[in-house]
Amino acid sequence: MTVSKVVLAKLSPTMEEGTIVKWTKNEGDAVKQGDVLAEIETDKANMEMEALGSGVLRKILVPAGGKAPIGALIGVIAEPNEDIEPLIAKEGAKAGGAPTAAAAASAPAPEPAKAAAEATPKAAPADQPASVASAPQAPPAPAAPRPVATPPVAPGSGSAGTGGDGGRVKASPLARSMAAHQNIDLSSVAGSGPGGRIIKRDIESWAGPRPGTDAPARSAGAPASRPSAAPASRPAAPPAPSITPGQELPLSNMRKTIAKRLSESMFTSPHYYVTVEIDMDAAVDLRDQIQRLEEGKVSFNDLVVKACARALTRFPLVNASWGGDKIVTHAEVNIGIAVAIPDGLITPVVRNADRKSILDIAHEVRDLATRARDKKLKPEEFTGSTFTISNLGMFDVEEFTAIINPPDSAILAVGAVRKVPVVDGETIRPGHRMKVTMSSDHRVIDGALSAQFLAEVRRLLEAPVGLLLG
Amino acid sequence: MAQLTMREALNQALKEEMTRDPNVFILGEEVGAYQGAYKITQGLLAQFGEWRVRDTPIAEEAIAGVAVGAAFIGLRPIAEMMTFNFSLLALDMIVNHAAKYRYMSGGQIRCPMVMRGPSGAATQVAAQHSQGFESWYAHIPGLVVVMPSTPKDAKGLLKSAIRDDNPVIFMENEILYNLKGEVPEEEFHIPLGLGDIKREGKDVTLVAWSRSVITSLAAAKTLADEGVEAEVVDPRTLRPLDEDIIFESVRKTGRCVVVEEGWRYAGFGSEIADRVQRECFDSLDAPVIRVTAADVPMPYAKTLEKAYLPQPERIVEAAHQVLYR
Repeated sequence: MTVSKVVLAKLSPTMEEGTIVKWTKNEGDAVKQGDVLAEIETDKANMEMEALGSGVLRKILVPAGGKAPIGALIGVIAEPNEDIEPLIAKEGAKAGGAPTAAAAASAPAPEPAKAAAEATPKAAPADQPASVASAPQAPPAPAAPRPVATPPVAPGSGSAGTGGDGGRVKASPLARSMAAHQNIDLSSVAGSGPGGRIIKRDIESWAGPRPGTDAPARSAGAPASRPSAAPASRPAAPPAPSITPGQELPLSNMRKTIAKRLSESMFTSPHYYVTVEIDMDAAVDLRDQIQRLEEGKVSFNDLVVKACARALTRFPLVNASWGGDKIVTHAEVNIGIAVAIPDGLITPVVRNADRKSILDIAHEVRDLATRARDKKLKPEEFTGSTFTISNLGMFDVEEFTAIINPPDSAILAVGAVRKVPVVDGETIRPGHRMKVTMSSDHRVIDGALSAQFLAEVRRLLEAPVGLLLG
Repeated sequence: MAQLTMREALNQALKEEMTRDPNVFILGEEVGAYQGAYKITQGLLAQFGEWRVRDTPIAEEAIAGVAVGAAFIGLRPIAEMMTFNFSLLALDMIVNHAAKYRYMSGGQIRCPMVMRGPSGAATQVAAQHSQGFESWYAHIPGLVVVMPSTPKDAKGLLKSAIRDDNPVIFMENEILYNLKGEVPEEEFHIPLGLGDIKREGKDVTLVAWSRSVITSLAAAKTLADEGVEAEVVDPRTLRPLDEDIIFESVRKTGRCVVVEEGWRYAGFGSEIADRVQRECFDSLDAPVIRVTAADVPMPYAKTLEKAYLPQPERIVEAAHQVLYR
């Protein structure tokens, strides 16, 4: 005769709150320990949450669409005749009102409209065969060739501290003390007071259901279908985001994490940038040959992943992290790949990429990217990177800079393989060139090392047959 | 308990203290033969005679000066100001003499006097006769400032004021003179510096004194109809201030509205707001809001007079503001 609380579990390393996408059990259903109770949207992915006790799911406290912080009571499992009112009353007192039906109803079905807002064009430029549909998609944001701060890094891997509080959070003193008391990070709470001030009721409702806060961003506009791969043309004009100008958009969990982690990275690690141009003629040939094989489908990015992995084994200091009072070099070479997904981006990780074949990498990246877009990645699949690659080549971006994805010390921003006039002896001929820019954390990697590392990457890509060996 | 008006309660207090202590005497304009401009001293001349109920010329500085001198030599004078508007003429006596001598004499000279009379707005008595000067007097170290809101408080506090060894500014309110309330029949007094919860509530604290308590209670009733339980805290004495009763309430509700009939600018409510923000900082869910008189001389027109003074609706509005409703 026990009552089991269903509390929101911490389903990702950086998760602070979750949205209940759906309950897979209804009130009144019998539940066994280990049964999947609900699907939860974390800041990274949609995860299944299992029952920790057996009995009957007597009460759902946070309906689908509602949000709750980690540890919040979202349901109760008990024997059919068990008195669960005291428990609920206690929680209710803590959490304030229950969500209204309307709020739950207006809460998002996560996908369609959002997808429209940031649909990733998959069409490849004619001279840019790399961007086959399976290529990892970098975020579509920057249109200019040299944006000052591009956001291609996904939040995600690992353990960077969450201590630094970015901008000043406006909160009433009471809300502040309540949050401190309950260990709630104020930066993750939406304020409903004047000017966005976080007030008591925001903290109270944060501990329980949060009716309707996400609705507006997702309701406007009809979902536009993703442009399918348009052969032999530049990407069509990106679909207009389904956002009404002037509208304020509430932050998704993922957006908050991106904002926090990338600000932290940009403002704490001293970035500098080194760009090299790589002769891709041989790589283009090689790729054409592979494409003709039965098991085909390798992108330029896969070659870049492999080249970087190989180079990293020779430059362990690039495969390292700043540890405050030490530099931590990593035994594994785990390459994060920035992937744009409907409401943000994420960095799935190809583990031990140095030990995998090009085809294995190609296959794995394709699988990870697909599941990232479906929000089906497991936490271990988007954490633990030691180096990250972001590629905007499919948008015919010549070159750009990226923000380091902590705890990595470097990120490689990869531009398009472009057909350009090449001076060859005394003649000018068409040739394929690709620019890559590495952002390095100067605390760990000095400029000469960056240059040497990039020279090795260039060497490997300019003689790519070597990448096929081993 | 008897139902008394505040007028009757004050009259009782004077009578009882004069009976108890022969050193207590009253002086002021029309306090004797006319039995008081507002009849607070009714029957006292007949009962205690001319020596102890003294009519004076229309000369407030003289009234205050005589009272201060009498107090210095050990009597317990009660100086009536016909209204506190006229007490401005007596300010030098009060501020520079009554409030200072105990300190400047190293405690050798005390000034156990009471200056009492109506203060604040009545009905259409215009700019010069509607002023509330509690902020002025509360500003002065050495004075005690009392502002009762009920007949019981008026009696209990006036008795304490008469017995106190410090100069006490006892501000009544003309509109409240006819307010009825229960007053214990047995001997009692209410200590100076002790506040009172006039209505218990958990959602918002309304701090008010004198007539503002009545206005705040009306606002609390409206709020209760909306499901908001306002707590009305009456400090009763502005100097010394029972800050603990205010803090305790604000820590409970997390919200504070201060209501006063004085002007906003440098008004006494800002003293409360200051202490609350400092002492209850972590309990506040909203800034302290003040509801005050308009920052202009009191207009004569009835509609403007109403607009000038805090009304229940304005208090309700302020409560909504701190409740984010």
